[in-house]
Parts: sequence; structure tokens; C-alpha cells
Amino acid sequence: MDERNECTDEPTLGLDGFGRLVLQRPGADSVAGIVPVRCFPFTAPNERISLCDEQGREVHCIPDLAKTGDQTRELIQRELARREFVPCILKINGITPDSEPTSWDVETDRGHTRFLLTSEDHVRRIQDRGVLITASDGVRFLVADRHQLDGQSRKLLRRYL
Amino acid sequence: MKDPLDLGAVRSLSAFEVVGAILEPGERLLASFLSDLDSSRRFRESLLALTDRRLLAFDNVGDRQVTHAFSLVDVSSLTAQDRGGMGTLEASGAEGLLLRWHYTLARASGAAGFLEAFDALRSGRHMDPQGFVSSGNDVEIPEAIQPDAPPRVGTLFRLLRFARPHASWLVLGLVLSLATTAAGLIPPLLTWPMVDDILSPYQEQVKVAREDPTIGEVAKEARLEAMQDKAAEPFAVVPWYLLGMLGSALAAWGLAWGQGWVLARLSERISADLRNTTYAHVHSLSLDYFTAKRTGDLVSRISSDSDRICYFLSDTLTDFTADSLMIIGTATMLFYMDPVLAAATLCTFPLVAWFTYATRSRLTEGFARGYRAWDEMTSILADTIPGVRVVKAFAQEKREVERFKAVNRRIVAANDRVNRVWTFFWPMIAMLNQIGLVVAWGFGAWRVYEQQITVGILTAFLAYIARFYTRLESMTRMAGSTQRAAASAQRIFEVLDRSPSVPEPAQPVHPGRITGDVELRNISFRFGNRLIIDDVNLAIRPGEMVGVVGPTGAGKSTLLNLLCRFYDVSEGSILVDGKDIRSFPVVEHRHNIGLVLQDPFLFYGTIADNIAYGRPHASRSEVVQAARAARAHEFILQLPEGYDSIVGERGQTLSGGERQRISIARALLIDPRVLILDEATSSVDTQTEIQIQEALDNLVRGRTTIAIAHRLSTLRNADRIVVLDRGRIVQTGSHDVLLASEGLYRDLYQAQAQSHQDQDGQPDSAESGPVQSQGIRGDGVHG
Repeated sequence: MDERNECTDEPTLGLDGFGRLVLQRPGADSVAGIVPVRCFPFTAPNERISLCDEQGREVHCIPDLAKTGDQTRELIQRELARREFVPCILKINGITPDSEPTSWDVETDRGHTRFLLTSEDHVRRIQDRGVLITASDGVRFLVADRHQLDGQSRKLLRRYL
Repeated sequence: MKDPLDLGAVRSLSAFEVVGAILEPGERLLASFLSDLDSSRRFRESLLALTDRRLLAFDNVGDRQVTHAFSLVDVSSLTAQDRGGMGTLEASGAEGLLLRWHYTLARASGAAGFLEAFDALRSGRHMDPQGFVSSGNDVEIPEAIQPDAPPRVGTLFRLLRFARPHASWLVLGLVLSLATTAAGLIPPLLTWPMVDDILSPYQEQVKVAREDPTIGEVAKEARLEAMQDKAAEPFAVVPWYLLGMLGSALAAWGLAWGQGWVLARLSERISADLRNTTYAHVHSLSLDYFTAKRTGDLVSRISSDSDRICYFLSDTLTDFTADSLMIIGTATMLFYMDPVLAAATLCTFPLVAWFTYATRSRLTEGFARGYRAWDEMTSILADTIPGVRVVKAFAQEKREVERFKAVNRRIVAANDRVNRVWTFFWPMIAMLNQIGLVVAWGFGAWRVYEQQITVGILTAFLAYIARFYTRLESMTRMAGSTQRAAASAQRIFEVLDRSPSVPEPAQPVHPGRITGDVELRNISFRFGNRLIIDDVNLAIRPGEMVGVVGPTGAGKSTLLNLLCRFYDVSEGSILVDGKDIRSFPVVEHRHNIGLVLQDPFLFYGTIADNIAYGRPHASRSEVVQAARAARAHEFILQLPEGYDSIVGERGQTLSGGERQRISIARALLIDPRVLILDEATSSVDTQTEIQIQEALDNLVRGRTTIAIAHRLSTLRNADRIVVLDRGRIVQTGSHDVLLASEGLYRDLYQAQAQSHQDQDGQPDSAESGPVQSQGIRGDGVHG
């Protein structure tokens, strides 16, 4: 039963009246309320997308999003986009005070905001150049490439890496 | 021990010398045991001797008087016990106790040898007609403890080994040091001719002209003016001298910069190499090193001690080289200018040298004491910070703070003591140097008066001597950091000098992919002087699952440690696919073994990294497969960052069952042929246990499995169950067979069935240590 979910065949996905994802399975009940979950959200965001039911059980797994049909991919991507909330930091205006907890004033792709960082342990590197910052309320902020930031932001961020 | 030539039972006397006199004709000495306690348990050498006829006891080896003698016919048994560091040998006859003899545990292996010889004689299989067992002086100390010898500066020279790869930089640094010194020596050399050839003669002429009574005031003025004009010519050289001085100052600055940079770069690399080497070496040491060492102590050796050495190399050593070169340089200049004056003024130098030397040992000792206190402090930190939950739960914060304060007070006290010496030391040096200067002035004035030297020489001389003493002072100030570095170097080399106790084979046999056939052939294991595993025989077929149960202290965990080669067996051998595991390279042997521990350890890193720990290049698909089989996939998906979530210290907190499933996935991924489960389910609740059991079933399939279980119910699937008690196998069979027959297994099972509290039983991982509980049968069933 372990390998059952490792499907290479194309899943049949659709939307029901509530806008929920429905997975049709040959010879079994269809499952509504499918939640796509990225297994490796940072290291391989488009590989191994797990399709889970509402209880969090995996019902299907997509090995590579790039290799699925356009319609399925679009549905999954839309659902993922709807669920994911990881604002990208474009600019760091300031970090105050000098000691923890610090308040960060940032410009993101979703606008200007402030958040609180309780411990520098919540700043982690992603791959080579990315940085993930988990705010005290659990919202995660991403710096896709810290080398792309402006000088001041880079300088402020460097203290935490 | 069984070498007939090794009769050295007594340091100066042999057992034959002690016993020989009272042997009857034809009686042969078979074994002797030299104890370190006498019958009244005072520390004195006493001797037990076994002949083919009698058992003899000598209460005092020195006077060679036999105190007890029993005919072997009367001795029915000889047994040994130990408790609290003291062992007791008891000889009993049919009537009762005949003889009770004591020894400390340092001689325990000797007692065991003596006992063996007695048993061998009893069973009529004496090993060798000429054989003789002399026991007692083969004191085994598995972890030799180094005495706290004061650190020696000589240890620092051992650092040269780490400098060798950077030899070119070292040479460059030294050349730069030399050049810097040379540049620093130039200015006084330029003032000398300036004073003697230009300034002094001119001043002399002016003075003579001024005080000449033969001419009038007006003429005097004219004459002085004329002299000034005339002097313009020699004075024209002065700017060149000044330029020379300025130039040498600039050169010294530039060279010192280069020298500092080169040596700092060098020292950074040396200390990085030192850290790497030490850390790599620590990993090559066997498990018992880590059980014996405090974590804080090791951490501080690798981190702060190497840092202290780096500081010494970059700062102190640079200054030291520069200073010693400068001192040699100035001394040479002094002797060149005026040897008599130089000899007189440097008279305080030997005094300074002696004083530094005398203070050194006191400083060294003081610093070493400070470090030990510092270690204790880091140990407390390493202890209480991970254990903070226990501290809080028992509301012992205050006590812990007090404990910390107490150690801190010790640090302060140790440092206070050394600071007292220290702070007295360098003002003393400064004063001696001042005295040296006074001597130089006084003697210099006298030499000028005697017309031996010119004022120019004296000026230059004083400039040099001032330099000499400044440098000397700064050098003596370095004594402190040199001693500190020496203490640090010694601590690091203590680690580096320890050789791994699980040796690599000289001619390794490569196990390759094994079938999983495991055989324990007559294995025994002693930890220190304790016999933990006693002649265990067990053959396990490929793919078989064997459960190991037994009370705490039965030797279960030790057995696993031996299988993993964390330790080597004392006697017998462990065979995998028919080959002794000691003939395999340790790493290759362990590649074939999957280990799932009771309390799995996750490293700081992502879940994917943790699963792929044993096979870092596993593909993502393999990682996910392993996690699925280990029933970990779905809870991992619930984490916000999936397989990219950070776990371990400072990371995402996972429950015990979740961590256990990750560790099972880790073992699955390396696809080992032999699987070892050490109480894999005992730290979780029943619900989680079911999930883990499912995961384990996937893991166990098709592999040779050896499982220690605390809950007997988890071993229902085992093909065979082995019951260990006090290092021996007492029962073997399937669960049902064992339950049907009377014995320890049924006792254990019933005890568990009655008491439902067995679920939070004590983990008995400590049993691999030297403590073996006695008389545990029937009570305290944890196993």
C-alpha cells in the first residue's frame, strides 16, 4: 500500500460547485476537498505535489508538476496559490531595536508591513541565496535572493545570517 | 596473563619466591593472585596461591609467612563478588566458609584469572602442564586519566606540525619581521653622526666664540654670524638625515603592517586546521570516550582553546618575534657602539630573565586552575540548558543558579589568585627596566667624562636602550598569554594523543553487501573489570528476527554496542557472513547495520536531510518512499514547510513518535542487511506504538533483526527470543514456548501483565556502564 500513491498516471481533477478540487479515481469514490501540498516547498517546489484529502491523508502524488497536463497543472497551481501565503520581502526599511525581539519594517510584494521577530533562529537560509523569516505570528516572509536586495537591506539582513 | 614467563606477581618478589619455600616435594604451583588488601582490609600486598594440592594464603607478602593453607580436597568452591569497589574471594568447604580474601577492583581481573584456574583444575582440564597463572599486577585502566601536569611551553612547539603546510607564509612573515626590526634600528644610527659631526662641533665653536674675552661685543656678533654662514654647508646634510629617519619610519610602518597581516592570516589558518583535526579525531574515538567525557569540556577544548591559540599565534607570537628580533638587534647595536657601556647597562637583564622564569610556573599553574573551573562552568551549561524542562518542572531554577554561581566563584577565586601574581609581575619588570636606564645614564656620563665615547654615541645608545627595555617589558607581558596558549595547546593535544580504542584492521576484508548471517561465538565483554557479557553464543540466520529481553543490567545494550562495534569483544568473536567483524573496516561494517534507538536523535537541519543522513545523495523520491514506509509521510506533509522543515535543536518540535518514525525512515533508506532496534517503541504511548510497529514491520521485513524490547508484547513477531540475565543467555525460544515453560521470561511477562505501569519504565541504556545491579531477579523488571 505504500507505493500505491506514487502514481505516475495523470490524476483526473475537477472543481465542484463549492470551488473545491475533486479527484476522480477509477474504480473508487471521488474525493472532494483535495489539498495540494508541496513536499519540498523550497528545495523543489514543483516536484512531488501531494494531493491530500480533508483529513490530511495522501490520496495521490504528482511526481513533477511540469510533466502534468496543462489543465491539471493550472488547477493545482491555482489551489496552491490560494493557500500559500509567503510574502516576498523586496526591501527592509528598518529593524528596531538592536536586541531581540525585533520589529521589522519591510516592503513586500504584497505591500508594506511590519512584523515581530522573536529569535534570530527564525531566520534561515534557503538554498544558496534565499532567506526565510518566520514572524512571531507564524507568517513566513521570503527573500528570494538576498543579493538582489538593495545595499541597506542587505546590510540589515546580514546581521541575522 | 597466562604467559609463564610473566611471574612478576610482586614487584620485586616472584610468586615462586614467596611460595616456593613451603611447597611440599612434588607440589606444583599452578596459579597465584596478588591482592592489594590483606585480611584486615588494610592496603598491603597479600597473596593467594593455588597448587595442585593446596590453596595457600599469605597475609603479608613481605614476611612470606603462610597464614592459611587448605587441602584442595576440603575446598568445594571458590567464588568472587564485588561491591563498592572492593572484591571478595570466598573459599567454601563442605562445613562452611574456609577463607575470605579481599582485593580492590583494580585487581579484579587477577581474581577472575585465579578463579578460572581453580575451576579449570576442578574440572580436571588444566590448560597446560607447565601452565602458571600469575594474576594481580595486570591492572587495566581503560580510560587512562592524565595527571594534571602543569602545561609546558614546549607543547606549543607541537603546533609546528600545523604550520608546516603554510611554510611559505611563515617564512614570508619572518622575513617581514626581520625587515621591520632592521627598519626600526635605523633612526638612532642617524642621530649619532648628526650629533657628533654637526651639532656638537657647531655648538662647541659657538660656545668658544661667545666666551672669548679677547674680542668685543660687536666683533663677536659678526663672528657668530660668519660662523652661522659657514655652518650652513654641514647643516645642509641635516635634511637628508631627517629624510632617512622619516623614510625608515615609513618603511617600518609598512613592513609591520605586512608582517601583522601575514601572521594573522597564518594563525587563522593554523587554528582552523587545529579545530578540524581535533574535531575529526574526536569522531574517530570510540563511544566510551564520549561517555567518560563531559560534553562541555570537549566543546570548550575544540572551541575556546583553539581560539586562544589563534589569538596567541596572531597577536602574541607576532609581537614576540618582533620583540625578540628587536632585542637581539638593539643588543648588537649597543655592543657595537660601546661594549663596556652595553655590558654595564644590560646588567639588569639577567635579573629580569630570572624573575620572569621564576614567576612563570606560578602563572601557569594559576591559569590551568582557572581553565578547569571554566570547564566546570561550561559543563553546567551543557547540562542544564538541554535539561531545562526538568529544572523548571522541579522548580530548581534557584538551585541551578546557585550551582552556577558557586562555579563562577571558583573561577573568580582562581583568577584572583593568578591576577595577584600577574599584576605584581609587570610593574616589577618596569621598575627593573627603569633601574637599567639609570645605570645607563650614570655609566654613560662616566664614559663621556673618561673620553671613551662621544655625546652622539651616548644619545644613540640611550635611544637604543630605551627601545630595548620597552621591548623587554612587552615581551614579559606576553608570558601570560604564552602560558595560556600553552595550557590550551596541552588540552587540545590531550584529545589528539588519544588513540581510537576500536582499531582499524591492518589488512581489511571488505564485507560488501552481506547476506545478514550473524553469529556470536563465545563472546565475553569486560567493561573495566566487570564481566558484562559472559560467554554468549548465538547464531542468527539471514532474515531472522531475534528479540533480546532481560532485566536491567543483563547486558542487552552492551550486546548491541558490540554488534555495532562501538566496543570490541574481550573474548570470542562476532562473525558476520562467517567473517570476524574486526577484520572489516569499521565504517563498512556499520554501513550494513541500521540502528533505531529508543530516543532518536535528530540533527539540526531539514527533515529530508535527517532522513537521508546515512545516504546523503539519496533522491527526493527515495526519501519520500522511506518516509511513507516509516509512516512519517503524512505528518510531514502537515508541517508548513513539508520535508524542508527544520528539525532538531532550535527547529520544529516533533513528538517522540514522530521523531521515532523519522529515525525509522533513516534506517530504511540505507537498506541495511542487519537491523538493530534498541527499545524502539518504549518511549511512546500505545497509540503511537501501533504506528511505529507498522513502520517497524516494513523495516524488519527481509532483514536480520536484533531487537531489544522493554515491552515483551512488541516481540510477538520475533522468530526467537533470547533471555539474558547477568550477561548470560538463560533461555531461548519463541514467545509461546517461553511462556509455556517456567523461567525468567514468564516471570518478566507476568510482572508486566500485572503492573500496567511498565510503560514508563526506566530506560536501561546505562547498563553498558560499569554498574551492574545485583540480585535483580524478581524485582525491578524493566526489560
